[in-house]
Parts: sequence; C-alpha cells; structure tokens
Amino acid sequence: MTWGRRNAFRRGFNRQPAHMGSTMAEKMLARHAGKSRVEAGEMIDVRVDIVMANDITGPLAIKEFRKIGIDRVFDPKKVIFVSSHFTPAKDIQSAQQATILRKFAREQETVYFEIGRGGIEHVVLPEQGLVVPGQVVVGGDSHTCTYGALGCYATGVGSTDVAAALATGEIWMRVPPTIKFVYHGERPPWVSAKDMILQTIGRIGVEGGRGAVMEFTGEAVGGLSMEGRLTMANMAIEAGADAGLFPVDEKTLAYVQERAKWPYEVVNSDSDAKYMQVYEFDVSTMEPMVACPYDPANIKPVSQVDKDPLDQVFIGSCTNNRIEDLRIVADLLRGRTIHPDIRCIIIPGSVDVERQALREGLLEVFQQAEAVIAPPGCGPCLGGYMGVLGPGERAVSTSNRNFRGRMGHRDAEVYLASPAVAAASALLGRVASPAEIAREGVTA
Amino acid sequence: MTDMTSINAPTNAPVMPSEGKAWVFGDNIDTDVIIPARYLMTTDAAELAKHCMEDIDPGFAASVKSGDVMVAGNNFGCGSSREHAPIAIKGAGVSVVIANSFARIFYRNAINIGLPILECAEAVAAVHAGDTLHVDLASGRIEDVTTGQSFQAQSYPESILRIIAAGGLIAATRQKLQAAGRLPA
Ligand code: SF4
Repeated sequence: MTWGRRNAFRRGFNRQPAHMGSTMAEKMLARHAGKSRVEAGEMIDVRVDIVMANDITGPLAIKEFRKIGIDRVFDPKKVIFVSSHFTPAKDIQSAQQATILRKFAREQETVYFEIGRGGIEHVVLPEQGLVVPGQVVVGGDSHTCTYGALGCYATGVGSTDVAAALATGEIWMRVPPTIKFVYHGERPPWVSAKDMILQTIGRIGVEGGRGAVMEFTGEAVGGLSMEGRLTMANMAIEAGADAGLFPVDEKTLAYVQERAKWPYEVVNSDSDAKYMQVYEFDVSTMEPMVACPYDPANIKPVSQVDKDPLDQVFIGSCTNNRIEDLRIVADLLRGRTIHPDIRCIIIPGSVDVERQALREGLLEVFQQAEAVIAPPGCGPCLGGYMGVLGPGERAVSTSNRNFRGRMGHRDAEVYLASPAVAAASALLGRVASPAEIAREGVTA
Repeated sequence: MTDMTSINAPTNAPVMPSEGKAWVFGDNIDTDVIIPARYLMTTDAAELAKHCMEDIDPGFAASVKSGDVMVAGNNFGCGSSREHAPIAIKGAGVSVVIANSFARIFYRNAINIGLPILECAEAVAAVHAGDTLHVDLASGRIEDVTTGQSFQAQSYPESILRIIAAGGLIAATRQKLQAAGRLPA
C-alpha cells in the first residue's frame, strides 16, 4: 500500500475498508475500539478482553483502583492475578504485597493463581487457554507481549493503566505502526527461536521496535513450535515494541483448540497491509547467539564469546522454561555432571510444565546432573531472590534481560542464551556451544 | 472537577518548583537501573526514592534536590513496566524528565501518575550536568539558566493533554465514569 493510494481514500472513502489492507494489529484494535478500521498514530479507547497483574504490579494497581471509587472490577472473569515474582514470599514485605493481591482477588472473585497452582503468568495464561487469538490483552508486566505468539494483541502496561482497565474494561492507546520481520530458510542444528530473536534485537537494537508492533512471519517462523513462538514474542519488548505478533496458522489452532477458555477469532494481516518497515533474515546462516552485558542487543555468536569461567547458570524465566526447553536441557545433561564450579538453577515455568517434566523423568535428570530445581516462578530472573548474583559474578541465563543490576549486584555479568547454550555452559563452566559437548568428550 | 482535583492533589498536583539542577544520563536508561527489583517490596514513594538510580549513580538519591531535572538520551525508561520507576523519580523530588525519547510503557506511566516528562532533543544535546534549568511545564519552554540558552519541547497530543489536565489517569478515569453515570459526580 503506497501513501498515494492511502491519500486517495482520505476524503470520506473510509467506509470502503475492503480496498485497503490492514495489519492484524490494526484489525484487532479496530474491532475492540468499535471502528471499521484504524490507522497508525490514531488515539483510541480499546475494550480489553483480559486484564492481568502480578504480585509486584498488582498491589500498586489495587491501591490506584481504590482511589477511583468504584466497588467492583469491570468483569471478574476477565481479570487474572498471578503470584509469580517474589513468591513463595521471600520476606515480610513481599508477603504483605502478595496478601494484598490475594485478598483483592478473593473479594472481587477474579481469576487468581496461587503458588503451587500457577507459575509465571506468561507461561500459565497461554497454557491454560486464558488468552486466545483475536483478543486484546493488557497486563501489568512488560512481557505480556508473550501472548502475541497466539495471534492476540497483548501489551504490557503499568499499574495505573491496569487500575483504570480494572474499573472501565478499557484502555487508551495510540495505534502503533507495524514492522514486519520475515524469516527464510531452515534452522541449522542448535539454532533456536531464542537465537532468532537475539539476532533480531541485535540487528534493530533495543530501540528498534519502540512504539511499534513486531510481526514475525516467513516459513522459518511457521516451522517453530508454539513454545518457540512464545519465546520470540516474549522478547519483543527487548526491542522496545508494544507487541510481538505471530500470524495464526494450523499450529496455533491445534494448540488453542485443546485449551481455549474463550471463544477465539483468527485475525491475520491482509496481503496489502501497510508496514512501516520490512526486515528479512536467512535463518540457515544463523548460529547460536549470546547477548553480552549489559544490553540484550549486544549479541555475539557463541563461538566468539570469551571463555572466562562462569559462576552460575539459570535455566528458566518466561522466555525459556516451557516443556520443550526443559527437554532440550535434559538431553544435554542426561548422564553428565554440571561443572564443579557452577551453580545451576533450573525453574520450570508453571506447575503443569513441572508435572510434565516429572512424568518424563526430566527432573531426575537435572537432579542427577547436580542442578538445583526451584519451584515454578520468576526466580533469579529479576534479581529478587533464589539465586541473586554477587559482585563480579558471571552467569549465563535463558531469561530476557541482562541490564546492569538486573540479576543482582551492579557489577555482576549476565549472558543471555538459549536453553541448549545454557546447558552446555553449565557442563563446561564457561560459555559453550551445545555442539562442543560431544567434541570435548564430556562422556555420557 | 474542583472536587476531583482535590482528591488527587496530594499525588498528582505539580507542587514542586520546576527549577533545579540538571542530572544528565545516557541512552536506554532501563527501569531496572531506575529502581532495581530488589527494592520492589514496597510501593512507598519515599522508600523507593532512596534507591533511585543507585546502580549507575550511587550518589544520586542522596544528593538530588527537590525541583532538580533529569536529562537523558534515547528510549528513557525501557525494560520492565514497573510504575515504581516513575514513582521513585518523582519521590526523589525530580520536577521533570527531559529526554530525546521515552520507552512507551514508561511514557504512559509517567503521564498516568503525573510525573512531568518532555521530549526535546535540542535541550538534551546542549545541557550539561549541573546546569540550572528552568522549565515551564505549561508551555514546554526549557531554559538553561547557566548558559542562557532556551529550547522548546514537543507538544502532547490532545487526548494526553486531557489526562495531564485532569491530574493523571485516575482522575481522568473518575471523570469518565462520572460522565457515564457509573460514579456519583
Ligand atoms: S520470568 Fe523474569 S521477565 Fe518473566 S515475568 Fe518473571 S521477572 Fe519478568
């Protein structure tokens, strides 16, 4: 769609939407704003299908909600709270915060996931079918963009936005433009969705998607499992994007059909939709990547990262702790032992993931390899507890952020990588490629 | 309207003077740096303010004075959605943040809680750490008193001005609900 053609429709022709293509983001937002179409830059009020908050953002949202003076949330079935960040309570203050969340959830009869029944919201909501294609979802957590893997418009907001959405069921929004990412080719061994998104962020930078929607397309994306798509969508925020969307295809539908708790709608982009920019990638030439401190865009191929000793490896977070991730890790750790100088922490993303890992014997593999298995939740990802890094410590993490101070002391270093790279690094005590495991003769 | 302003006055009214010293930061200042997660067990502004920026400028929280101005490059406030970040900045006494650009969630949060923010690349390029700045929030005029230069920040879209005028999103939401008859006026 060219600008000239768009301008031709400016004078009162906007009741002929069939002639102008829209992106999936524009279509979902238009439907939820009660309009036939919307254009990038337009300010709209959007009806939301799900409002989510966690034990850090929720208490603040509840405090603000009380100031509005309304008694009840707009629709308790559409409100989801998840205790995930500092739970089981790490100290008295976090216990108090979690209590605020828990009590409000009971009082308002909203959906609530307590420890032992949930996990990290971004693993739980898709897995439980609480977010489905075509919805508009807002969450008090920047990684709410994860749900875009299912073809819904999901975006992270702050606590006051959550409060207003709890009261009104609506949110103000500026319609973002969409940037299209096309991935061609076939992934070489050990190149995962994590490597694809790290390459993408490395190319466009942490500001490359600011104020825009990232739409991930191409045959290499079609080849990804839903787990892989969730990993990629999760890190759209690391490029500054409002949302990271995947077209709905047969894999999406197969995943959604067996779990959807809401009616869903397939909303994909028109072939003549207008994109702000298009980036193309050839995945067949990609290598496993590592994002070095202190910036998720500071990427290097795993082979070019220095070989200095590591102190900790964390395999978890809403980016990479679904069952497929744990299977890959178990395949590498099976019959082997973690490097003696490494503390390896593995955290399944949800109770369901943990249960499945238990059934498949993966937890036993981890334990025998001398990793520690922590309860489903965020763990050390945000430097709160359960593996906080000390001064000068170096860690490989499968999470999404390596900012200064993110996982502990300001001088600690975090290297972001895929589960396979993390497992190989745990075995060798330094940043390592999974391909090295056989070569180095670490015997089974 | 008067009634609502008073309800929100303690948290949202621009009570601080908009003249103060410039604290200059770089690009991509993330919310983990603004307020590390290890301090997120509270929502209290004064408590959060004590740790504001400590991982990149350990002296900031202790030395920043009411009315001071933060000046930063691109994509200020990127990363986590924690509203504790603008709350910590506001709690520290910062009267306005001037940057080339803001990360989207931070931008919304600042508008929503009533932390004044301005986009002005010219000011960011010219202002030095320690300069005295005078900022007129109503007009977006930024004056560097130390150097005598002045700058004009970008204006806000209409619908955002409405939130600012209401005194933040909570007050604006009250107005909306009252207009819809869902809250007594
Ligand atoms: S795992 Fe990390 S990134 Fe994900 S929600 Fe928890 S703290 Fe945030």
